Amino acid sequence: MTFFLIASLIKILAVFTVIMVGVALLTLAERRICAWMQDRLGPNRVGPQGLLQPAADGLKNIFKEETYPAQADKTLFVLAPAVSFIPALLTFAVIPFAAPLPTPWGQVSMVVADLPVGFLYILAISSLGVYGIVLAGWSSNNKYALLGGLRASAQMISYEIAMGMSTVAVLLLAGNVTLSQIIARQQDSLWFVLPLGLAFFIFIVAAFAETNRLPFDLPEAEGELIAGYHTEYSAMKFSMFYIAEYSNMVTASALMVTLFFGGWDIPFTNWDTTGPAEVLKTLATLAVFGFKTICFLFLYIWVRWTLPRFRYDQLMALGWKVMLPLALVYLTILATAIWILHTRLGWAYEARFAWALAGLNAGLAVVLFWFLDRGRLVSGSVETGSA
Amino acid sequence: MLQPYIPVLLLILFVAANAVMMIVVSHYAAPRRPTPLKDAPYESGMPPLGSARERFSVKFYLVAMLFIVFDIETVFLFPWGTIFFGDAGAGPGMGFLLVEMLVFMVILAVGYVYVWKRRALEWD
Repeated sequence: MTFFLIASLIKILAVFTVIMVGVALLTLAERRICAWMQDRLGPNRVGPQGLLQPAADGLKNIFKEETYPAQADKTLFVLAPAVSFIPALLTFAVIPFAAPLPTPWGQVSMVVADLPVGFLYILAISSLGVYGIVLAGWSSNNKYALLGGLRASAQMISYEIAMGMSTVAVLLLAGNVTLSQIIARQQDSLWFVLPLGLAFFIFIVAAFAETNRLPFDLPEAEGELIAGYHTEYSAMKFSMFYIAEYSNMVTASALMVTLFFGGWDIPFTNWDTTGPAEVLKTLATLAVFGFKTICFLFLYIWVRWTLPRFRYDQLMALGWKVMLPLALVYLTILATAIWILHTRLGWAYEARFAWALAGLNAGLAVVLFWFLDRGRLVSGSVETGSA
Repeated sequence: MLQPYIPVLLLILFVAANAVMMIVVSHYAAPRRPTPLKDAPYESGMPPLGSARERFSVKFYLVAMLFIVFDIETVFLFPWGTIFFGDAGAGPGMGFLLVEMLVFMVILAVGYVYVWKRRALEWD
């Protein structure tokens, strides 16, 4: 028990530090990658390649004057950043990030808390973040902030349904919500991105909407809402919203890796999953997990500087009229397919089973994108009917 | 039994302490020289007109209500998903569970079509 507590404390400190430093580096990466995509330099003066820029920004934010808008509700105004910040840093707790580490006192699983409720914990805690945003928008006593907060809440709850439904698909194949068992299931056969391709598509769209990132960053659309719900926030409180947003991105990326890309599994080898635990295995799987997560973080940044923003009615139409029915229909088809393969044909879950589902997903994807691309539901900026 | 939840509890305390520390440290470290203009709500430099405590669109309430309905449907699917393939339809068998789910989906679809036809999903 003592060893368990000490190991847990060390893991908590390590994960917290890695996320905070990762978030700091991510803000720098965002600015540098944005600059690279726009053919300029970006921050490169503070430290080598601008690496100390986040530290300078952080220090500045602590010592900067804060403004409290005159008619603001002071208590809620101070509380809101904390309410946004705390859930954002809690969600990473259930994600396993490496193979178990052997120590002289016993094996340590590389996850802060391997909860039996698994990703339900993430779904539950991450939705709490919306309270912080709504409180911030309301307590600022600023019209733009209020609109931003309302938009954010409506957007996040709309996409949450699709996100929940797409995780039910994962649950169907894994038969368990515990993330370590979901990873084990993927190590046995294929990564779930193949047999559950469309669920991954729904999940990634919903994850972009949940984290308020472009093309779904309507809550803080600067062209119409100044800065949205954090318009009135400055200095450290603004920084806390910023940290919350970026650590939500980190968790969403890590969750996508865990649910659909095998977690810390090293592809094309069984070396990492079989045999006794070794320190080398832990390090190698940790590196692989980090690499996969960074790929998704890069995707976030790439999409942000590539795609234009949705209009608000388009955003809601996509959530309610495309994503929700798609998730429902997909779940029905998937359950039927699993029943046919398992009961009618008598296949157990293995590579053959997964490949059959992957084929089904490819077929469904063709139908789906053909249907979406008629230019009616998600019309974008293309004029329809006049050509 | 509840042992896995202990680290979560520790993490909550740790993160909450950090959040409080950030707010308190910056409160004492930062200067504070308010002026009436500085404290006015920011409306792109214009003097603010009226209060922000205005009425807002009822659409937001509608979306919240629809969310509760459909999210509860999602929650109902989780226990079903656990036993459908994972336990190979433990007890009633996969065929029964599949039919059960299809009936559930049909009822859900009727409600969804009703909501769509009543134009509750439109934003203009």
